[in-house]
Amino acid sequence: MNPHAFHPLHRLLHWLMAILIIAMLFIGVSMVADLSPRHPLLVELHKATGLALLLLVVVRIGLRLTLPHPPLPQDLPSLQRFAAGASHLLLYGLMLAMPLLGWAMLSAGGYPRPLQLPAIAPHDLQLYAVLRQAHGWAGYLLFATVVVHLGAALMHALVRRDGVLRSMWPGPLRRSE
Amino acid sequence: MNSPLHGPAKALRLAGIGAVMLALGAGFAYAAGWIGGPRLTPQRIIDTFEAQAGHYAGYRKNHAKGLCVSGYFQPSGQAATLSTARAFSQARVPVIGRFAIGGANPFAPDTGVPVRSLAIQLSTDDGQVWRTGMNNPPVLAVSNPQGFYDQVLAGAPVPGTGKPDPAKMQAFFAAHPESAAFRQWAASYKPSDSFASTQYHSINAFRLIDAGGAAHPVRWQLEPQTHFSPLPGQVDDKQFLQHDLQQRLAQGPLRWTLRLVLAEPGDAVDDPARPWPAERRSVDAGTLVVERVDGPEQGACRDLNFDPLILPAGIEPSADPILAARSAAYSESFNRRSRESLGTGAKP
Repeated sequence: MNPHAFHPLHRLLHWLMAILIIAMLFIGVSMVADLSPRHPLLVELHKATGLALLLLVVVRIGLRLTLPHPPLPQDLPSLQRFAAGASHLLLYGLMLAMPLLGWAMLSAGGYPRPLQLPAIAPHDLQLYAVLRQAHGWAGYLLFATVVVHLGAALMHALVRRDGVLRSMWPGPLRRSE
Repeated sequence: MNSPLHGPAKALRLAGIGAVMLALGAGFAYAAGWIGGPRLTPQRIIDTFEAQAGHYAGYRKNHAKGLCVSGYFQPSGQAATLSTARAFSQARVPVIGRFAIGGANPFAPDTGVPVRSLAIQLSTDDGQVWRTGMNNPPVLAVSNPQGFYDQVLAGAPVPGTGKPDPAKMQAFFAAHPESAAFRQWAASYKPSDSFASTQYHSINAFRLIDAGGAAHPVRWQLEPQTHFSPLPGQVDDKQFLQHDLQQRLAQGPLRWTLRLVLAEPGDAVDDPARPWPAERRSVDAGTLVVERVDGPEQGACRDLNFDPLILPAGIEPSADPILAARSAAYSESFNRRSRESLGTGAKP
């Protein structure tokens, strides 16, 4: 039997990561255009949070693959069903790729890494250029996907009113149907 | 479960959802600086360098003309009580360095530019890295990034002469009285005939952290052990300093003393335009030995960003706003030249 809602651990991770990811996207995009004394603090925060998010996404992928999760509503049109599947795959892919690209980019640029993590790419200027741009573009794509994800969640909650948002609700679930 | 909405109620809620998504997008665009008033950004500073000196794909966007060297640092041991950084205690620390002249033009004549720099990376056996970019002036003319930007604008070369407009420079100095110490230095500075006999300064202050966790605000300088002789009045060789360095290193290594100058309470730790009193206590931290030189813009230094905020444990930044701005602008320069090396295969 599939549950009506995600496992509480999965919901906790979802909302924790949602806050961190949105913060990361705003920190990332503002720090590169900032030369005030905030700049180095934001860069440090960005690296530390990126590392935390890498650990969290690994746990989360594990949970997603092992715990049962609620199905999409029966009456959802097939196009929306496809969009839901594809956008979630994209979200998971980007959540995993972003910190790895950041780590690889620091390695290729010859930069020190937080906690003296080992290099995961050779020190190479051209490779750095590719990874640095990939990190930036993947960030924009992740932001766009998050915005669409939020819009879709609100559509489910406020227009379709089908219980999809409730299945990921951060608080206790009052009604079970 | 409620039934789906239709009609005006649905339209209203759709509009609300759209507004939420738009607001989030607008906030992101604002954070990125895509909307809102013009700001001084690293991008704008590098754009201005390029607008003035020209676009040279693949080169550093400032201090564009230089060459890589390597050698080692031999600490004296005297700084080990001031900072836990391994560079002050390890017997011999490998060093990669880069001598350069100021400016964004990689083809400028070596002696046409008053600013000289030496950037070094010290890699210690605890896996830590220390990068420091140093210039020959002991102080900057300005105290903050906006002042620096004003200085760059005032120094724009005039078409025809290729030199800054003296009236604009005068107006800049008048508007920036904090430049007094720099002007005094510039008026009395006698350039030497070699990178080897030039003294280099850390520009900004840092904080040494000792084993007890106490912080000691510090500026450092590399004092040449090569004796001074003045730059000749007329120099025809555009690579004068590079050729000189190559000739000297062919004969043997070159040495500098790394001197740490310690601030006292009340000294201008966070203001790179203000000198500290000459009688401040200083410590001989050890000797930098430069042994080898690579071809111009070849070698290990080429693919490094000498970001002055790449510091080992035991050294921390001061709150000097120029230090943060240098870090941000160096990163932008590094990103651009790496990108340029992709498209054209441009490798200076």
